[in-house]
Amino acid sequence: MTDTMRDSPVPEVDKALENPPLGARISRKIQSSWKSVVVFLPYSWLLIFFLLPFVIVAKISVAEALIASPPFSSLLEWTDEGILTIRVVIDNFLYIFQDDLYVTTYLNSIKISSISTLLCLLIGYPIAYGIVRSPPTTKNMLLFMIILPFWTSFLLRVYAWMGLLADQGTINNLLIDLGVIETPIRMLYSEFAVYVGIVYTYLPFMILPLYANMEKLDNTLNEAAADLGAKPTSIFFTVTLPLTMPGIVAGGLLVFIPATGEFVIPDLLGGGNVLMIGRLLYNEFHANHDWPVAAAVAIALLVLLVAPMMLYQHYQAKEAEAR
Amino acid sequence: MSEQQAYIDSPWLDPDAEPFIKVRGITKKFGAFTAVNNVDLDIYRGELFCLLGGSGCGKSTLLRMLAGFEQPTSGSFSIDGVEMANVPAYERPTNMMFQSYALFPHMTVEKNVGYGLKQSGVPKSEIEDRVNDILKLVELQDFKKRKPHQLSGGQSQRVALARALVKEPKVLLLDEPLGALDKRLREQTQFELMNIQEKVGITFIVVTHDQEEAMTLSTRIAVMDAGQFSQIGTPTEIYEFPESRFVADFIGSTNIFEGRVAEESGDHVTVDTEAGPVLIDHGMSVQNGARVFIALRPEKIQLTKEPPVAAGPNQAKGVVEDIGYLGDVSIYRVRLDNGTLVDVTAPNLVRPKNRTHKITWEEDVYLSWSASSPILLTK
Repeated sequence: MTDTMRDSPVPEVDKALENPPLGARISRKIQSSWKSVVVFLPYSWLLIFFLLPFVIVAKISVAEALIASPPFSSLLEWTDEGILTIRVVIDNFLYIFQDDLYVTTYLNSIKISSISTLLCLLIGYPIAYGIVRSPPTTKNMLLFMIILPFWTSFLLRVYAWMGLLADQGTINNLLIDLGVIETPIRMLYSEFAVYVGIVYTYLPFMILPLYANMEKLDNTLNEAAADLGAKPTSIFFTVTLPLTMPGIVAGGLLVFIPATGEFVIPDLLGGGNVLMIGRLLYNEFHANHDWPVAAAVAIALLVLLVAPMMLYQHYQAKEAEAR
Repeated sequence: MSEQQAYIDSPWLDPDAEPFIKVRGITKKFGAFTAVNNVDLDIYRGELFCLLGGSGCGKSTLLRMLAGFEQPTSGSFSIDGVEMANVPAYERPTNMMFQSYALFPHMTVEKNVGYGLKQSGVPKSEIEDRVNDILKLVELQDFKKRKPHQLSGGQSQRVALARALVKEPKVLLLDEPLGALDKRLREQTQFELMNIQEKVGITFIVVTHDQEEAMTLSTRIAVMDAGQFSQIGTPTEIYEFPESRFVADFIGSTNIFEGRVAEESGDHVTVDTEAGPVLIDHGMSVQNGARVFIALRPEKIQLTKEPPVAAGPNQAKGVVEDIGYLGDVSIYRVRLDNGTLVDVTAPNLVRPKNRTHKITWEEDVYLSWSASSPILLTK
């Protein structure tokens, strides 16, 4: 018992607090243990399924490639003298940062995902705005249609794009039949196809956070701005755009981050012509069997993406503060 | 008071005065629902005009049409002689103070208040000066750098007022300006609002559902019901001379008795009601035998334990059924012998303990009122 409690002018109350009825004690205990379970669950999930694999990948990235199983050297090793040594090889990182191929591929990945993100924003923003502004029944219908593509396999949808974009594909055939062109336009296996694929696939990830953000916007703010003399374009840039910034950032990151590491789309739609980091990673693992370099590529990618993620965190915190 | 002076204080009495805001036959329909039904209204320069009514009566819709947020289905209105039909909201000489205040959450107090001036292309240094002046007026000069979420309700209210005033609009529209404040702050702010209106001399149109607020603030009140004006008049006119049962009932509390005109002469009317014969000495042209209503304010009825000296109209006998002690006054609910309930309020002039003629529950009491108190209503 602490001094303050002993000096308390109403000892009976203290006693009551110290020795509550059994039922209350049990329910309080359940409550507090339930609280710790609630907190513990997400942490353990992250620990097991994110942090642990990450540590393994990080470990591989500082190992040396071997022709063995597993195909890399281990981190801890007993020397002949019986001393435990830690072997950290940074060659893999030096290699990927010195080799032009990796640097170019990183930059190209970022270029493609940045432009795709921008395109998603330019297409998705008006769509999200239109959905928010439509009557409730239409709104649900439109949202349903945004989510509908997820009900079909992603891979299948990419193959469908191959069918559309190929030299003998639907679009070229249609244009030739209409007499617009005589020879097919080369669309498949180009950067253009990769943009089409990424924008098509990730557009919902831009629209949904934007929609969620815009849905909260108070229309009286627009009226207030108009009342104070702002023309519609001015209202957009001074009120709507700043207030939808959290949605833009959230949607932007949800497109940018997975698009940077995208493998299937550049592989199927870009063919050998579009270099993206996901494909490179795949090649290191499967073609070259160089797991340490592949792991280093993955770690470098992760570090590259941490910066925008922190930006996201910053905006989230800012938005939470404003509420 | 000379006639000229009376016209300056009450321009609506001057037949030659030109109304500042003219509303002519405005109707607004939302689908099958008629929110505002063919209303006419004149508001004069410098008035503090209240649109008073319950929710859904169309008062806010009328205000929003004045601001330009809604387009009237038919009818027209002008402000200072300029027809407003084709003027978009951002070009109207009105500014609005929103019920929710609608402060821009991403801007500081200073930016919020200066927004309108910036949109009109006022030079930066002038914006700063005018923002400072107006913030001084609402006593918020120390809160310039705060964001709206760091302000209390009363402070937000004053920022909203400053933002609407800073452009010096011809008309300031206020939608339930004090609705979000607690009672104490609301009463205090009512007087502040009146002072500010006097200082800036801008015409105010206030929408409110709070009759007390309307009574305190306004030069004139328009009582609205189902998209139409029930009555337009000064607070005194509305309270003392309501023209319909709706207005009598909506403003303050009132006893309403149904009756038939028993005798009608030039200077008085006698009506047989549930509360006995009622004599009214202010004339109104009604026909003998017509079905009418009598409105009688609870505070205009006298309550005594002694029977009246002489029999006659304007008195009744009953039993006290309920007493509500409100501090300054008490409400007595008296059941008359024929079962009619009548509310009577009496000021508590002395403390209950010291009262010798204290009236309690289940006691026989006598009600009486003067012939000038009842109001004869035909609708």
